[in-house]
Amino acid sequence: MGSGMTDATPQASTLSGRLTALANPTRFLALADRLVPWLGATALVVVAGGLYLAFAAPEDYQQGITVRIMYIHVPFAWLAMFCYSLMAAAALGTLVWKHPLADVALKSAAPIGAAFTALALLTGSIWGKPMWGTWWVWDARLTSVFVLFLMYLGIIALTRAMDDPGRSARAAAILTLVGFINIPIIKFSVDWWNTLHQPASVFRLDGPTIHTSLLWPLLICALGFTLLFLTLHLMAMRAEIWRRRVIAMRRLSARAAERAAR
Amino acid sequence: MRFAAEDLGGERGGEPVFAGVSFALSAGEALLVTGPNGAGKSTLLRVLCGLLPASRGGVRFSGGGDEWPDMASACHYLGHRNGMKTALSVTENLVFWQDFLGHAHLSPQEALEMVGLGEIGHLPFGYLSTGQRRRASIARLLVSYRPVWLLDEPTSGLDRASEAQFAELMGVHLEDGGIIVAATHLPLGLDGVRELRMGERVE
Amino acid sequence: MLALFLREARLGTRAGSGALTGVLFFLAVVAVIPFGVGPDLNLLARIGPAILWIGALLASLLGLERLFQADRDDGSLDLLLLAGSRHMTALTVFVKCLAHWTVNVLPLVVVAPLLGLFMNVEPTGIMAATLTLAVGTPAITFIGAVGAALAVALPRGGLLVSVLILPLVIPVLIFGVAAARGAIADPDPFLPPFLILAALTLLFAVIGPLAAALALRWSGD
Repeated sequence: MGSGMTDATPQASTLSGRLTALANPTRFLALADRLVPWLGATALVVVAGGLYLAFAAPEDYQQGITVRIMYIHVPFAWLAMFCYSLMAAAALGTLVWKHPLADVALKSAAPIGAAFTALALLTGSIWGKPMWGTWWVWDARLTSVFVLFLMYLGIIALTRAMDDPGRSARAAAILTLVGFINIPIIKFSVDWWNTLHQPASVFRLDGPTIHTSLLWPLLICALGFTLLFLTLHLMAMRAEIWRRRVIAMRRLSARAAERAAR
Repeated sequence: MRFAAEDLGGERGGEPVFAGVSFALSAGEALLVTGPNGAGKSTLLRVLCGLLPASRGGVRFSGGGDEWPDMASACHYLGHRNGMKTALSVTENLVFWQDFLGHAHLSPQEALEMVGLGEIGHLPFGYLSTGQRRRASIARLLVSYRPVWLLDEPTSGLDRASEAQFAELMGVHLEDGGIIVAATHLPLGLDGVRELRMGERVE
Repeated sequence: MLALFLREARLGTRAGSGALTGVLFFLAVVAVIPFGVGPDLNLLARIGPAILWIGALLASLLGLERLFQADRDDGSLDLLLLAGSRHMTALTVFVKCLAHWTVNVLPLVVVAPLLGLFMNVEPTGIMAATLTLAVGTPAITFIGAVGAALAVALPRGGLLVSVLILPLVIPVLIFGVAAARGAIADPDPFLPPFLILAALTLLFAVIGPLAAALALRWSGD
């Protein structure tokens, strides 16, 4: 499976049956090269616009200036979950369709997801200090996100512990899926354990309860950070593909040296 | 019963180890796999029994009927490691494998006598010497019946006399209509034995 | 399958196995808690069930990484996997988990009442804690099998297994402790968390062996 990335090897014997598999990472690289600058620029513009609107928006009559941290905290929390869902989809891609790009996507998404989750925890904690008077409370939502953060770290640790990309991809995919099945259980149990936090307030069936003047900047910020995430993810995938090619070529040159010595 | 590999290729750690291996064996035939270290003999055997996926080509097994529907169910695999628990006695190990693998053939005591360990079945496996351990794991091939034997260096650690004894066992298995694929340097001295030299066709 | 269970149980009880170590670890963990929080018997009585649960959780993680690694080291794992058409691999994993639980975790449940006495937990609380441990700890073993299967090829996978597993067993801990507390703290209910705990064990008894079998099948090298 790992050799799906080794299209730099001049091996005629394995080439014929693999052309389709090989074409994908190469085509993907070309696509990523073209997309990344545009996507990155759009992301920066949208984030900048969203943040400008966020500061232009009226202050909350209860929370004052501190409400502005919501405009980055909520997108980070959203991305923490979005990234895990993306990884679960990629895990299915690895397990069911054995697509070589899927495991690259899974592996390179994990550190970015962990970073956004950490940022969500950090901003939540900074927001919580003036609100609750303490940096950390063991309320349901913070705790769930913290457990999610631990799961990200577990996946990263597992992918790092194995050097064979094919095997680490399959292991990470299984762990991601088992974790994905567990997320609702964890969420439910943590809610059950502690139901002190205010109920979800952005999307509800009876419409958003926060004022539209606050909602628009929030949505734009969320879109901007999502674009930023996609840019980072494409870049990380590109780096991972190159990394695997470098590994494959090193192996090849080691073996060439061995043949020459014989 | 027919057992064939078609244009088989295998890889390890994402690196191709061998490619283009083809052979076809029917009942009573044996294939010796030879070649230098690193030629992919072990990988080939693991691909044949299905422990590793083939990177290309495939393994065909047919004529096993309902009893042996596929390769994994029809084969004994004897790898480098013996698959025995050192804390259990030799007989306990064999009784377990007979129960678990099914298709009981010889009783553990008979099997141990066939490999010349009839006296020490009660000893913990961990007390045995390397050669005795190997012979005990050969006895595992005898307690449950499987038509196909896949043997990876089966005679490593065996002395001359035991090697000859084992060659005899393999001969009996072939006469019964079994199939053997063995990575070994042991000359079987039997008809219908073919040889597959590895390490030359790759790259 | 009975043969497999007996073999695993026998291996677990013969010399060189870690079953006793787990119990000792459990004793040690529970014994150091009073030194940390002080000898206040009222406090200990209140947090007693939680301490028993945390101690049992940590102790049952010990030795999990050997669940498949021992079989891999001596080559048995290959043969267990090859027999997959005769005995479904997930079922093999399930039986191994049961045997592991019987040998390594059941003793923890057995000594838990004794430790409960040290903590000054009242008799109902001790019974409830023991019952929840008996029902809940299999879930830890089943989900732990996934971690053990994922880390089977890693030479130093023990710590990794614990790190991978701990976030996933938080619900088990929550409902286990909640049920045990519910039996002694009056307004809290006992039955709802206990039933959820049982449901978790049943769910993990399915998910764990299936995922572990998949991981083992793909760990081949």
